[in-house]
Amino acid sequence: MQHLWLIPVLPLAGFFINGLLGRRLPKAAINAVACGSVLVSFAWVLKTLSALGSLETAHAESYFTWIESGALRIGADLAVDRLSAVMLLVVTGIGFLIHVYATGYMSHEGGYYRFFAFLNLFMFFMLTLVLASNYLLMFVGWEGVGLCSYLLIGFYFRKHSASTAANKAFIVNRIGDFGFTLALFLMFVKFGSLDFARVFDAAGKLPAEVSAGWLTAICLLLMVGAAGKSAQVPLYVWLPDAMEGPTPVSALIHAATMVTAGVYMVARSAALFLKAPVAMEVVALVGLATAVMAATIGLAQRDIKKVFAYSTVSQLGYMFLALGVGAFASGIFHVVTHAFFKALLFLGAGSVIHALGGEQDLAQMGGLRKKIPITFATLLCAAVAIAGIPPFSGFHSKDEILLAAHHHAPWMYWVGVITAAMTAFYVFRAIFLAFFGEPRGHHHPHESPPSMWIPLAALAALSLGGGYFHVSRYLELMFGPGEAEHPASLVVISVAAGAAGIALAWLMYVVRPGLADSIAQSAGVLHRLVFNKYYVDEIYHAVIVRPTIAISRELLWRFFDAGVIDGMVNGVGTRARGIGGVLRLAQSGQIRSYAAWVVIGAVFLLYTLAMSGDGQ
Amino acid sequence: MDAGLFFLFAAIALVCGINVVVQTHPIKSALSLVGVMGALAVLYLLLGAEFIAAVQVVVYAGAIMVLFVFVIMLLNADGETRVSRARLANWLGIPLLITLLGMISYLIQREIPYSPRVVFGAFGRGGPRDVGRLLFTEYLLPFEVTSVLILIAILGAVVLARKEIE
Amino acid sequence: MTAHVPLSWYLMLSAVLFALGVAGFLFRRSVITVFMSIELMLNAVNLSFVAFSYQWRQTDGHIFTFFVMVVAAAEAAVGLAIILTVYRNRSTLQIDEVDSMRN
Repeated sequence: MQHLWLIPVLPLAGFFINGLLGRRLPKAAINAVACGSVLVSFAWVLKTLSALGSLETAHAESYFTWIESGALRIGADLAVDRLSAVMLLVVTGIGFLIHVYATGYMSHEGGYYRFFAFLNLFMFFMLTLVLASNYLLMFVGWEGVGLCSYLLIGFYFRKHSASTAANKAFIVNRIGDFGFTLALFLMFVKFGSLDFARVFDAAGKLPAEVSAGWLTAICLLLMVGAAGKSAQVPLYVWLPDAMEGPTPVSALIHAATMVTAGVYMVARSAALFLKAPVAMEVVALVGLATAVMAATIGLAQRDIKKVFAYSTVSQLGYMFLALGVGAFASGIFHVVTHAFFKALLFLGAGSVIHALGGEQDLAQMGGLRKKIPITFATLLCAAVAIAGIPPFSGFHSKDEILLAAHHHAPWMYWVGVITAAMTAFYVFRAIFLAFFGEPRGHHHPHESPPSMWIPLAALAALSLGGGYFHVSRYLELMFGPGEAEHPASLVVISVAAGAAGIALAWLMYVVRPGLADSIAQSAGVLHRLVFNKYYVDEIYHAVIVRPTIAISRELLWRFFDAGVIDGMVNGVGTRARGIGGVLRLAQSGQIRSYAAWVVIGAVFLLYTLAMSGDGQ
Repeated sequence: MDAGLFFLFAAIALVCGINVVVQTHPIKSALSLVGVMGALAVLYLLLGAEFIAAVQVVVYAGAIMVLFVFVIMLLNADGETRVSRARLANWLGIPLLITLLGMISYLIQREIPYSPRVVFGAFGRGGPRDVGRLLFTEYLLPFEVTSVLILIAILGAVVLARKEIE
Repeated sequence: MTAHVPLSWYLMLSAVLFALGVAGFLFRRSVITVFMSIELMLNAVNLSFVAFSYQWRQTDGHIFTFFVMVVAAAEAAVGLAIILTVYRNRSTLQIDEVDSMRN
């Protein structure tokens, strides 16, 4: 018994302490509770993993029966296997670094204790999601992280744009959750259980022809859920808006952990997906489409956080591409490396924003290289990692994915390569715009405090060296070996694409700064299209949001609620009054009428007597 | 002889009863009612209810009817006006009456095979001794309760009938 | 012709007197006359009780009659007091005019 429950419960305790008492605690105490709970949780993960050894089989712990109703039995069961071990390390480790960073970043903000309470609550839910060994408990964590995302995106709740962004995130997530729920229902109907072990076991035994129809349906519905949570087409629209939240939130939730929950879930359900090739193909196509589309949008954005947000969407697309072509281990590997460099990118962006006193527009930045050198150095590490330059972490994981894609269908490889070039381009565009050239804004930048740059440094080290963690080899036990043979030329091509992207960005933003604007003007329509995110939000608003609101207002509210239901309720009252009005006429006030009634009653009684007494 | 007495006093009772209902001036109705009560007292005697007959004359005819007459004289009550407004009573009154009478008659005639003949003196336990014994043993509780009832009635009458204190 | 009358004739008389009382109760409009009709009904019932008492050769019927009379006395006292009050307030003894409870 490794007491796995401690891992999520420790941050939960932090949530309660900070949430209930935080208003009266000094900042140092809040920091200690919040960061400490995550640190102890991380330590416990390490202790557990070292105690469990090689984890060839899963280690499961069952605490109590949560639901027992008819044929449905759900227990509060947690389990650790290699997949969850990887996720646990990422979540608690990077979570801790981000908590520490946040103590510096948020030090001037109001609602300090509330922020850390929500952050801890998020850790609790995310860890529950990862440790769960049945779908329903995972869904609890799934919903919970969505809730915390809402709370944290809307942290500056007085700002209208922030609260609407929070609503958007939650509602779009909900649509995904609807798909997930349907998948759960179908799963229960077909498999009779929601436990991972039982479901995967039963799925493994299904012959291929039998499974095709409904198993594909289950997998597609699971993918809908994953698309909502992990911001894939068409449910990605919430993630860029989620940048309204504080930067540590963007780093933790919308880069490293929550958005990867979808990837984790699909990887966990590999046994199901492997039996539904159609679903896997869909996953791969959705991932690829998302990767490309988001990369193109990221080319033209001006807000530094938005660039990185679209980058996240694009990288998540890569992960789903990996899952879709069967390279589950590579997908998870990319989750890990992405967590390193994307968190670093966001935290670094936060450092830049903090240095400039809140400025987020790239057009207002410039020449920061010498003013905030630590931030520059660490961000540069992240950029080379994400661009796929060997021997840094991004190269290893992205390469594995591209090679697996090539093995599955070569055209996917080529699309992936083009996207990699775009990725390198837009990341370095942001770096060059921010750190090179002449200062364009009117700021007085200052470097961040140690509480902020120490985590940056740690993440930089991980981004550079993380490729050697051999995550996919570790996960081979679960998912099968990766492709051993690949022509070196493919690797060279992908690296060259990344380098080309960097070179082009160098050209356009450092050597000839006016080139970018002139290209933008000559490609006017295209540029506008991309800059406005293909007007997807506007399309959604017109096609989905406005009709829904109209239906709600006219049909459901005016007609049903006010008309039918209120009418019925009021009608009861009016009817009662009407009947009363009629009955009232019997009160004639005439005593003799009452006397007549008495006699009528007497006659009636006599009649009863006469009828009943016949036996006498 | 019993039969003759019966017919005579039954006739008196009937005529006086009709008079009660028919007369316009209340005082005439009151006096007719006294007549009814007197006739009934004789009929009680025929049925062997001596105590009751005496009480009827003393209490009912002698006290209650006197009270009625007092009040009629006090109020200077008149005959009735022509206007009648109780529609239910006016319309349903006669049918109801006929129905009532009919039903009671039916019930009674069902009894006919079982009813004995009334012989004066056949029932000897209607005297004060027998009534008193029953009253103070088996029906003691109701007896006491009625005494409380009379007390309440006295209080009520006094309170209701006095003039308001200025 | 026998010299003794069947008991059922007493009951018939009682019934007719009762019906007369009901008639007065329904049709007369002076309060006091209505009240007297009620007394007529009570008397009719008394006759019934005594008749049945004779039939069953038990004195219990007489006890009932006794109590009826007691209650009638109490009721007469209070009722007449009420009539006095109504007369003082409404200056009328016609029950059709005492209809402020209308509707």
